[in-house]
Amino acid sequence: MSDTVNTISDVEFGAELPSFTPDTSLKNVQHHGKYVGWDSGRFVDHDIARKEGFPGAIVPGVLSQGFLGAMIHRWAPSANITAIDTIFRAPVLVDHPHKITGVVTDINAEDGTVEIDISITNEAEETQVFGTTTAQLPT
Amino acid sequence: MDVDIEKMRDEFLNQEFDEMTFDLDATRMAEYAKASGELDPKFTDPSHHDFQAPPTFVSTLVASRSLPQNFPKPDGVAMDAGKYVEWLAPIRGGIMLMGKSHLHDIYTKTGRSGRMIFLVTRMEIFHGDQHVANADTRTVFRENAS
Repeated sequence: MSDTVNTISDVEFGAELPSFTPDTSLKNVQHHGKYVGWDSGRFVDHDIARKEGFPGAIVPGVLSQGFLGAMIHRWAPSANITAIDTIFRAPVLVDHPHKITGVVTDINAEDGTVEIDISITNEAEETQVFGTTTAQLPT
Repeated sequence: MDVDIEKMRDEFLNQEFDEMTFDLDATRMAEYAKASGELDPKFTDPSHHDFQAPPTFVSTLVASRSLPQNFPKPDGVAMDAGKYVEWLAPIRGGIMLMGKSHLHDIYTKTGRSGRMIFLVTRMEIFHGDQHVANADTRTVFRENAS
C-alpha cells in the first residue's frame, strides 16, 4: 500500500499505516506548554516530575492525542477525523523515543468511513496510549 | 450495578454544571497543530484560506469545573484515564466558543487491586447555535483497598 491514501477505495482492510515517530522532546513539550498550556512541572521539567514520582517529565495527554490525529492526517491528508477515543494506559515519557502504529479495522465504502486502531508504544514495545479513530475519506 | 454508583447516576448524570466561554486564538491553535506533528497548512498556518483547529484541539479547552459542585468525590487517587473527541464542524481561529459540561457516564471496573470508578465528563461545544464538537474526559479513581 502507498504511504498515503486519497479516497476510500485506496484503503485496504487490515492495512498497517506508515508508522510515525512523534516529537516527544522536552523542547517540543515546553513549546506546547508555552503556547497551548499544560506547562506544569511534571510536563516541562524532569526534576520536578521525578519529585512527583515519575521517572521523568511526561507528555500531556492532550498532546499524545494530537500525535494520533497527526498520524492519521499524514496517512490520509484528505480525511476528516470525526471521532477519536484515547485511553491513557501509562505515561509517555519526554525525551524517550516512541512509535505510533495503526491498523485499519473497518471500512464502509458507501459513506467513506474507516476505523483505525492506533497505539503509542515505547522503546520496550509497551503500549502507553491506545486509541480508536473514525475518519471520513472522499468516496 | 453497585448501589452507591446507581445513586450517583440518578442524581448527577446529564445535568449541566458548568458554562465557559473560550476566545480562540489562531496562534494557539496553529502551535498545537505543529507540536502534534500536523503538516497540512490548513492546521498550521493561520493565513490559510481553510485554517481550522485539528479535531483534537478541543481537548485542550478546560472548563472552570470538572465535576458538579456538590458531587461526592470518590476515595482514592484521581487519574486521567482518557479523552474522546467527536468532531461535528470546523473550528476557526478568532471565534468565541461556549462549552457546556455535564457528567455523561459513571461506571465501575473491578481489578485485582479493587474497584475503580470512572467518571466521564462531557463538554458540549457550541459556536453560537451550532454544535461543533463534544470533548469527553474520563477520570478514574482507584479506591484504596480496605
